Formats: sequence, C-alpha cells, structure tokens
Amino acid sequence: MSHYPYPDETGRYGAFGGRYVPETLMSALLQLEHDYLRLSRDASFQAELKYYLQQYAGRPTPLYFAERLTQYLGGPKIYLKREDLNHTGAHKINNAIGQGLLALRTGKRRVIAETGAGQHGVATATVAARFGLECTVFMGEEDMRRQALNVFRMRMLGAEVVAATSGTRTLKDATNEAIRHWVAHVDDTHYIIGSVVGPHPYPMMVRDFQRVIGDEAKAQILEQEGRLPTSVVACVGGGSNAMGIFYPFIEDEDVELIGCEAAGRGLETDYHAASIARGRPGVLHGAKTMLLQDEYGQVQPAHSISAGLDYPGIGPEHAHLAATGRATYVPVTDQEALDAFFLLSKLEGIIPALESAHAIAYLMREAKRYGSDDVVIVCLSGRGDKDVEQVAAREEEQRGPNS
Amino acid sequence: MDRIREAFQAGHKLLIPFVVAGDPDYERSLNIACAILEEGADMLEIGFPYSDPLADGPVIQAAAVRSLKQGTRLVDCLRLVRDIRARSPKPLVAFTYVNPLIQYGAERFFAELAAAGGDGVIVPDVPLEEAAEVASAAEAHGIQFVPLVAPTSGEERVRAIVRAARGFVYCVSSLGVTGERQHVSRQVRELVDLVRKHTHLPACVGFGVSRPEHVREIAEFADGIIVGSAYVRRVGDAAEAGRDPVEAVRAFTRELKQAAMGAMHPG
Repeated sequence: MSHYPYPDETGRYGAFGGRYVPETLMSALLQLEHDYLRLSRDASFQAELKYYLQQYAGRPTPLYFAERLTQYLGGPKIYLKREDLNHTGAHKINNAIGQGLLALRTGKRRVIAETGAGQHGVATATVAARFGLECTVFMGEEDMRRQALNVFRMRMLGAEVVAATSGTRTLKDATNEAIRHWVAHVDDTHYIIGSVVGPHPYPMMVRDFQRVIGDEAKAQILEQEGRLPTSVVACVGGGSNAMGIFYPFIEDEDVELIGCEAAGRGLETDYHAASIARGRPGVLHGAKTMLLQDEYGQVQPAHSISAGLDYPGIGPEHAHLAATGRATYVPVTDQEALDAFFLLSKLEGIIPALESAHAIAYLMREAKRYGSDDVVIVCLSGRGDKDVEQVAAREEEQRGPNS
Repeated sequence: MDRIREAFQAGHKLLIPFVVAGDPDYERSLNIACAILEEGADMLEIGFPYSDPLADGPVIQAAAVRSLKQGTRLVDCLRLVRDIRARSPKPLVAFTYVNPLIQYGAERFFAELAAAGGDGVIVPDVPLEEAAEVASAAEAHGIQFVPLVAPTSGEERVRAIVRAARGFVYCVSSLGVTGERQHVSRQVRELVDLVRKHTHLPACVGFGVSRPEHVREIAEFADGIIVGSAYVRRVGDAAEAGRDPVEAVRAFTRELKQAAMGAMHPG
C-alpha cells in the first residue's frame, strides 16, 4: 500500500492548498509551520495535549453501536463516534485545545477565531478561559441570529463576539473578518482556525489535532467488531470532523470514505453549499480548493440549514481526496437532515447537531445498498441542543402554532 | 515602451491614486480616473472589484460591493483600462485578487490587459511562494508584476521578493488592511531602506496614506505614494450625497500633488 504523502513541503495536496495570503501574514505562517512541526515532535507538548484531551475534554469518546437505528434502517451495523459527548458538545474542542496550547507555547497572549454555528467559537472561548488568553470571536450577523445561544455562551466565557456584517453575514464573512483582524494584529495574536481550511499549515495542523477521532474509532471498531468498517461517513462544511475521522483510514483502501455536503434546498437551486458537487477550483481564504463561484470568479453565497456547513469552500485536502477518488462526496438536503435530526432523537435518544444529521441522513437514504454484515461508522460530530430552538421555530412556521 | 520606468525617471516623487473600477458606475469611474490623471497624478492603480477582498478595509470593500451591484465584470474592468488609455499616456496598474484572475485564465488576462494598454499588475493575495505562474504569464505579455513587501517580511524575504519584482516595489506602510490612518508609521522608512539595500527598482508606499501631510512625509524617502481608501471614500461619499464625485477627486488630487512635489511648506 502506498504511503500518503500530503501535504508536500509547499503545503499542497495535489493541485489544492497553498498559501494565498497578503505578504504581511507570510512570516507568521512560516513561523507557525516551524513551531507546529517542532511541537508535534515534542514529547512534553504531546503529553500536555493528551492530558487536556482526557481530563478536560473527556476523551476518548465512545464508539456507540446504534442498535435501534440499525434495526430501523435494515442495512449495515451502524456505529456512532460520539464527538457530541466532548466538553462543549462537539469535536471542535480537540483542535481548540491543540492550538490553544500552541498559542501558549509560542508566547501569544491573544487568540481570535471565526465561527459559523458557534461551536468552534465556544470551543475557542472555553480554551481561552482555561488558559488565560484574551479571546475575540468573529461571527456572521446572520449566524448570530440563528445561533443566539452560542453567542451568549461565548460571552459568558469571557470572549468578545464581533459581528461580521459584510457579504452574506455567515461563516465566509466571519473568516474574512478574522483574517483581516489577524493582518493587523499578527505580532501578538494567534488565529485559531476552526476547520481544515485556510493557508498552509492550517489544513494540516487542524487535521492532525482532529485525527484523534479517527485513531480512536479505528482502535474501537477493531476491538468491538474485529474488523475495519465498510464505510466511514461524516458531514463536510470546511470538513474538520470528516478529515479527522478519515485521515487514519486513508491508507486502508477497502474502507470507503464518504463526506456529506449540504445540498440545502437542492442542487438544482442556488441555495446549497455543495462545493465538490457544484464548485470549480478557485482560491478562498488562502487556499486553492473547490469553490462555489460565478464565471468571473466572484464567490457565490452558500446556503445550508446548518450554519456550520454554510460555506462556499471546503478544505483543500477534501478537494484532493475527491479529485483522486479516495473519498466520495454526496449531497444531503436540508429536509433530509431535518428528518435525520428527528429520527435519531426518537430512536436513540440522541439529538444530533444539524450538521451531523447530514451524515445520519446519508444512511437513511443509502442503508439498503449495504448488507447486514457491513459495518458503518458515522461521525456524530456534535450535539443538537444549539439547534432545538431553530428547528422548533421552523416546525411552528410550517405547521402553524397550534398543531 | 516602459511607461512605468519613464514615469519614475521624471525626477519627482510619483503620486499614485487608486480607484475601484465601476464605482459608483462605469461611466463615472472612467471620468474619475481621467480627472485624477489630468490633475497631475503620475500613475493610476485600478482596483478590480472582488466579492472577498481580504486585504481591504471597509471603505474599499464597500466600493467593491457598489461596483459588483452595478454588474461590473472582469471584462468591464479591462474595457475601463482601454478607455482610460485612450485618454491618457500615463502608466496604468491593475490591482486584482487572484481568484478572478485565474478563473479568467492568467494567459488570457495578461494578453488582454496588455492589449488594453495596461502596464502592471498587483495581486495582494499572491505572495512570493505562489507567484511563479502568475508572474511568468505577466512577463510573457510585458505586464510588470509589482510585489508587496510588509513590515513583517524581514530582510531575507525582502531580498527574495525584490529580486522577482518588476516595475516598482509596493511597501505596505503598517500592519493591517487598506484604510485611512492618522499617522504614517515609523517602521515604513526602515522598510523602504531595506528595499533600497537590495534593489535599484523604485520603492513606493501605500496602505493608510490619506492626507497631504502623509504624502509630504513619505515623499522625503520613497519614490512614490499610493493613496487608495481616501480617494474611494470621497467617491462613495459624493455619490451617496448626490454630488459629482469627479469634482471631489479633482480638488483632492491637486492637494496631494502639491504635497508630493514639495510645493507646500509645513505650518
């Protein structure tokens, strides 16, 4: 089996990745790469990271056999990797702890972050509180409305939340604002990017901090089933939970890797976030990747019911895995995700994040193509408490208040 | 013909304003550009509007939004270069983010920019490490690839960047995105000195330069002064108030030109 060599020394994953940023940031990115590579080989850093992942975040998370969902769908044995059980309720804390420790070790007093659904913002605000770092989170004005509870949580944790009011006022614009802020404060501030996006070394670094999901899942499935899974399924916005769970399986070529993109109101409409299915190669937020854009290269607004997937790009490594065929990316609509949100709640007593519900929805649709001896791992990347209010309001709107 | 080199040989400090193509609309942006050049600007930077301008502050972002709402496409920006060229012999430099450029095709972009009478290009999100493809396509069509150096670059990067530079070197005055600032930072003089140590190309200063006194100060040590947001704000304010933006930029250009020529004295 061939060794998977990405990224190369220029930060590329085949045709994707790189560092398309203003010159002001280049020295900081080169220094960050140098510091990260040093710390990734530093035993005391790794021990400290492990300590916080276990004692603070609550790792390892269970690989839970979803027996009733398995019976109901009548397809493969379904296991859920319970990232929703992490402290702060999603996989985002894995990366936030890693980069928070990195900020400490490199003498930075301030951290900034962008956030879509608010999960990465909450994780960053949490870590900043624990490590005594100043924290500013950029969030699209539209997302602040959709995810008001997370805004309140971040402020409780001592973070400043700044509304991004440009463009579509969602994750893309929050990321623009965070990068602009970083350009002005690069001397004393570490930017904790929340997904496997952005200029090198971020996609690599975030993947490495998230691979703990896949490393654990692989050991757990071998222990519980004595075999590797048929498929590993995860939702993909920027794609950090997917990259984290895929990465340790990349060289296991018999394991199918499936990323679920947000198809919003349908791929035939303009309201989706399916950058693999409907995008073309382009540059966004410092990386060459698959991107929703018009014929002149203006970035097109994305749409998804879940703020965390509402992003017109995708991590460059996913673009590469799609181009080589090593991973498959499938569209899942808002409605399919909502159906999965309710189904998992009722059958398993687990309310998933709307993002994660996209991965469950894939199995609702495709369970029949598997046999009963197949095993599928779904990354349940986060819990759905944050979405309950939004889903309730939508239900009320559709059914009328008295139904 | 090397219009950029000729401009710097004129023996005075160059005033280089920046305007956004199609802001507030195509016709007025053409008139604004021509008025600025008539009033004595020595070179013009033409911003091609982009949906996600990472290196720009709120003023230029808003101008890009105004322009894109008018339906400005990359072909319109190239047409604007051609229309300005028909009315002025001064150097014209395109300022564009990389994504529109590569979607159009680098070869095609530079061929058409050259045919339109453009002289140079600035791509703020292409650092040295990613520049090879774009810079060589520019060179093949006689378009000068003007790189940026920043206060954070350090000597090693500055040396490598200026070696690949054509036309002039764009020195970013301070940390941060484009936008008006109160003062000229002290570190920019050191940056210009560093650039001069490693190249004979002219060094120009931009980002945050917004007042005649800034221009006067920078003219003491740099070869050219780039003024962006202060122009773009005047255009936006005038358009919003229903006034003629052409008149607003004319008066401003005369003030800045005087400052660049050292004709005004402090106090």
